[in-house]
Amino acid sequence: MTEHTKYLVVGSSHAALEAVTAIRMHDAEGSLTLLTRDPHLPYSPTVLPYVVSGRSAPDGIFLRDEKFFADHRVTLKRGNALKALHAERNAAELADGSELAYDKILLATGASPAIPPIPGLDQVSYHVLRTLDDATKLNAAIKSSKQAVVLGAGLVGMHAAENLVKAGAKVTIVEMAKQLTDGYFDAIAAGLIEKAFTDNGATILTGSRVVKLAPSTIGATLTLENGSTLEADLLLVATGVRPNMDYLAGSPVEHDKGILVSDSMQTSVANVWSAGDCAQAKGFFTDDKVMNAILPDATEQGRIAGMAMAGDPGLKQYPGGVPLNTYHFFGRHAISVGSSRVPEGGEVVTRFDEASGRYLKAIFSADNRLTGIYGVNEFFDGGVMCQLILRRIDLSAIRERFVANPLAVGRELMSKTWR
Amino acid sequence: MGKSYNTIAFDANKCDGCGDCMTACATAKVGVGDTARSRIQIVGSADDGFELALCRQCGDPKCVMVCPAGALTKNFDTGVIEWNDAKCVDCLLCTVGCSYAGIALDAGSGHVAKCDTCDGAPACVPACPHDALTYVTTSRIYNEVGDWEDLFAPGLAGCQGCNTELLMRHTLRRVGPETVLATPPGCVPGMGSVGFNGSTGTKVPVFHPLLTNTAAMLAGIKRQYKRVGREVNALAIAGDGGASDVGFQSLSGAAERNEQILFMVVDNEGYMNTGMQRSSCTPYGAWTSTTPIGKGSGGMPSQGKTQDAKNLPLIMVNHRCEYVATASTAYMEDLYDKLDKAIQASKRGFAYLHVYSPCTTGWRFPTDQNMEVARKAVETNFVMLWEYNRTDGLRFTRPVDDPLPVTEYLRAMGRFRHLSPDQISHIQSKVVENLAFVQQMAHRQSA
Ligand SMILES: Cc1cc2nc3c(=O)[nH]c(=O)nc-3n(C[C@H](O)[C@H](O)[C@H](O)COP(=O)(O)OP(=O)(O)OC[C@H]3O[C@@H](n4cnc5c(N)ncnc54)[C@H](O)[C@@H]3O)c2cc1C
Ligand code: SF4
Repeated sequence: MTEHTKYLVVGSSHAALEAVTAIRMHDAEGSLTLLTRDPHLPYSPTVLPYVVSGRSAPDGIFLRDEKFFADHRVTLKRGNALKALHAERNAAELADGSELAYDKILLATGASPAIPPIPGLDQVSYHVLRTLDDATKLNAAIKSSKQAVVLGAGLVGMHAAENLVKAGAKVTIVEMAKQLTDGYFDAIAAGLIEKAFTDNGATILTGSRVVKLAPSTIGATLTLENGSTLEADLLLVATGVRPNMDYLAGSPVEHDKGILVSDSMQTSVANVWSAGDCAQAKGFFTDDKVMNAILPDATEQGRIAGMAMAGDPGLKQYPGGVPLNTYHFFGRHAISVGSSRVPEGGEVVTRFDEASGRYLKAIFSADNRLTGIYGVNEFFDGGVMCQLILRRIDLSAIRERFVANPLAVGRELMSKTWR
Repeated sequence: MGKSYNTIAFDANKCDGCGDCMTACATAKVGVGDTARSRIQIVGSADDGFELALCRQCGDPKCVMVCPAGALTKNFDTGVIEWNDAKCVDCLLCTVGCSYAGIALDAGSGHVAKCDTCDGAPACVPACPHDALTYVTTSRIYNEVGDWEDLFAPGLAGCQGCNTELLMRHTLRRVGPETVLATPPGCVPGMGSVGFNGSTGTKVPVFHPLLTNTAAMLAGIKRQYKRVGREVNALAIAGDGGASDVGFQSLSGAAERNEQILFMVVDNEGYMNTGMQRSSCTPYGAWTSTTPIGKGSGGMPSQGKTQDAKNLPLIMVNHRCEYVATASTAYMEDLYDKLDKAIQASKRGFAYLHVYSPCTTGWRFPTDQNMEVARKAVETNFVMLWEYNRTDGLRFTRPVDDPLPVTEYLRAMGRFRHLSPDQISHIQSKVVENLAFVQQMAHRQSA
């Protein structure tokens, strides 16, 4: 007989764990199974750069232990993947060939590194960073690396590059876009980040593309578009992610860049929900469905999905994804909250002190609502800024004061408005 | 039952922005008085009023949710959200998760920092020169009492938001099952203590004496139990009418004989159960159905009660009882402290507890305002919280040094809405006079 569970949660990371919490808040008894292809206890991909650097012990990063699952009556199935979803008969086909019947399923399978189709890449050995096993492998490799190349200057690549620099390797970062951390930070912020890296000895090649790879005695030879070559004894591919949803092949669950979901994280098919990096949900700044593959959004979506699955009447609809990023580099901090796009009739206010490297950029809509705020070496409360954006708070009267001191003025507004 | 926790409370009205709390916090936590490094942050200005940015130790904390390193955990024993520096990777995601600026970057250390309540003795609280910060430890009571059996039946027929029900349930939980309860006519039996259809509304023996003989009957029952060698608590929960008017003779007699009973008066300042008639505890100026508002007669408009209230607890002090105290449900720690002392005293002799108990129906205020009204009564000195025993005399348990004007209290309810300026100044002068009177007694006895 096929095994049956009331709730089947697939994935064991942020979105999945929050869904489990939400389900158990409302339904303490209903049978609940957590299925993950990862062999380990739950952990966050976000902590992995620190496993790579050695700062976090690999056995000290787990977000839940066996006892948590026992206490909450959750059956944990590790090291077994969802292979195909048979939504028409409420069943999940697993990699080990078994089948699991469910009443309700959550697809919280996140994302995996996207591997660019560069000729020769499949002929050389390279690293990626998404799982704990990736991180322990990379941790071992950086110790002996003398010249490393990182493909992609997103946050994952930059983090790894910093680790490599600190481990003493000669590091080159190759990025297709004109600036690094494109999509997270603007040109001035990226300039500050770039300077910190070059000051510490890294080489940054923005606007460059690798066109060919081949094995070499030390590892790999990379050929760039302009004809020059790079030698790498360690190659890290960090050129972005793609959602894990292969199991939907042939399924009626609608998907585009990710799995399309409603404001309560329901997919187009009954009894199927999705949340986190694999889901494509409404954006806060646009009604279009977007990928907002960040940790805070994964937790929020997971909560909403869990509440919806358990029928919790306290459910509040998803307000739309707000981009949020924090980035720590060489002892400095960069924070971005909201959209970098300037709305029509809106305005950008910046202040930059070159000597201290303090940079702030705030974006306001035509009616003086905050839509985005970015800072380097300038600390403000990201959570407070996010509320200012979500609540569309009118800042007309205090805009100048706000830009001068977003930390204090943000707290003042918080304490008056939603405390 | 879910646990309840101690918490740091902030009274914005008392804060003048001096920043002493921040200096104390920074000194306690990082050894220097740099207010920027304090985990409690006073924000705002003298014009706009001051406010607080401080970790609320949320029950379902978002900072914990978004931490990728498992560095933040809610300690369900203490309620505190704990930060583990060995696990933290300085990613600042928690600061993006928290909507209240409760966890923030401490530039001095390069790590995030948050309030940990100094392990239950927060340095900021005693540092505040204006008492704007208090460490509320009432949770102790709820955690302890929550595990005890509620000895009243569920679903009593009290008015919505009734303070008396709260008081009954707390009191009976505290005195426990070895109790015989007397509830003379009034709201307490009215809402069901004496039961329906042949069964009682309590899980202890309860009886329904006359208004006039409560203390006498209860004293007799206690004596009979003593005679058969059984230790029980003899408890009366009576209204102010039943105690200060018709029942006063037997009450005074039992006190004079030092009977071993605990007599609790629920003072809602009138005969509320029978339609809100005045009692001798009804305050001056208050509307009741027998002290109405209107044209009056003989050219004398009727403006509420024309006499001042009798101060029954002070009269009981003059019986030199084992123990006499006044209390309020807005100050639960104080109430429980007195309940404990009263129970002990009733094993030796007569114990009297007078609880000021706002009545949503008779005083006419919204049902969710009970605690607010009870608190305002104390904060304006309209009622005073004190206790008396023969050895130590009378002492204030919650002195109010800087009382609010009595209008703050009067304005909170409908029964005083009609008051003329003259009546209000009469009430204010009575507050001052009563305070001076009780203060004198307190001084005399402490001298
Ligand atoms: C190196 C790195 C650094 C990052 N830094 C940040 C940061 O600073 N800030 C930020 O906001 N975000 C950051 N992120 C992104 C963040 O980690 C993700 O947004 C977040 O983890 C998404 O959570 P999720 O639950 O949706 O999916 P994931 O964390 O991707 O987890 C997916 C889960 O599903 C499981 N799974 C996948 N496929 C299957 C299958 N077929 N069957 C069963 N189980 C399956 C996986 O094993 C895993 O347990 C970072 C990511 C990386 C890799
Ligand atoms: S800064 Fe530390 S405590 Fe905060 S989210 Fe990051 S790892 Fe967790």
